[in-house]
Amino acid sequence: MSLFGKVFSRVIPMPLHSITLVIVWLMLNSTTSLGHILLGSVLAIIIPLLCAPLRLPQPKVKRPLKLINYALIVLKDIVVANIEVALLVIGPMDKINPGFVAVPIELTGTLPVTLLASTVTMTPGTVSADISKDQKWLYVHVLNMPEQEQEVIDFIKQRYESRVKEIFGC
Amino acid sequence: MLDYTVMLVAVMLCISLVLNLWRLIIGPHIVDRILALDTMYINSIALILLYGIFNQTPLYFEAALLIAMLGFVSSVAFGKYLLRGDIIE
Amino acid sequence: MSFLMELIISLLLLSGGIFVLVGSIGLLRLQDFYVRLHAPTKATTLGLGGVLGASILYMYHLQGYVSINELLITLFLVITAPVTAHILAKVAMHHRVKLMERTRNPELVETSRAQLPPTPIDNSSDDKKAGTNREV
Repeated sequence: MSLFGKVFSRVIPMPLHSITLVIVWLMLNSTTSLGHILLGSVLAIIIPLLCAPLRLPQPKVKRPLKLINYALIVLKDIVVANIEVALLVIGPMDKINPGFVAVPIELTGTLPVTLLASTVTMTPGTVSADISKDQKWLYVHVLNMPEQEQEVIDFIKQRYESRVKEIFGC
Repeated sequence: MLDYTVMLVAVMLCISLVLNLWRLIIGPHIVDRILALDTMYINSIALILLYGIFNQTPLYFEAALLIAMLGFVSSVAFGKYLLRGDIIE
Repeated sequence: MSFLMELIISLLLLSGGIFVLVGSIGLLRLQDFYVRLHAPTKATTLGLGGVLGASILYMYHLQGYVSINELLITLFLVITAPVTAHILAKVAMHHRVKLMERTRNPELVETSRAQLPPTPIDNSSDDKKAGTNREV
């Protein structure tokens, strides 16, 4: 079994990526014919082998179900965000009070931080602008700053960061 | 009804393309111009999809996908160039 | 084509068109780069999502099966839009693009540009803050 495991991890270094590649290949061709499944499988074996040296160690997704839940929440927030931003854009300009905020983040690893930063960009009135080198501060530009800056920080931390933390278990 | 809607939305998309072009021309800083170009890519994807509905053919999706990928890569390349003065690090 | 289907597709198309238009109006109308960045990244992405949804439904009606190609475009855009926005914001900080006068905490641009942690937000005197900024 261990020999099989070794060979398996040598031939398919990233199983999840391989499965994703097959699925995307089938989606691109929008078919499920045997020929395309075979061709997709060959690609899914070759491409990760070529890309394995590029990989950085990433924390694993501990709870996939939470990930789906998170995606739904973010999707809902995107729609709400857009309506808010649309009203602000069409309304009078002097209502807009932009500002910068530095949000302290407790996540580790590049994948969770990227996920958080992307979410912050897609949701209500905030765009992530930069991350400090030690990955402890996320700089965010806020379109319409409330009186208390702490509100924005708390919103990001409670609504998104805690959930990302649960997903990756870090 | 759908024909009229498609026409109306096409007009909207063309107006927004013109607005983007305006920002591309007057953009005070070069970053504004990149942002305008990126938005124009996305708007043209929408226009191509609309043309697909208008002609009742799914053939244009491939073109839309290609534009989406090239638009993203070119925007990032512009950004990297302005950030470091070098595209390949 | 049934009336209901047509109605749903039309509504999706219309909302998509309106959002794309709002994104472009925002791009033209807003006052500084950072604020301008908000409109295209959010509104335009959702607008394209609406048009794609309409297109998926229409093609489903036309062919009798859902071609998943379009879903791939949506997914791709949702993944790439924040990355573009992030890089453009970084570029703007690097070049010290002019800010709106009302912008709060403009001093964070300098620390963010150097990728340093922010100077602690205690209510120390203003000249001290300015001093630390100049060092950076």
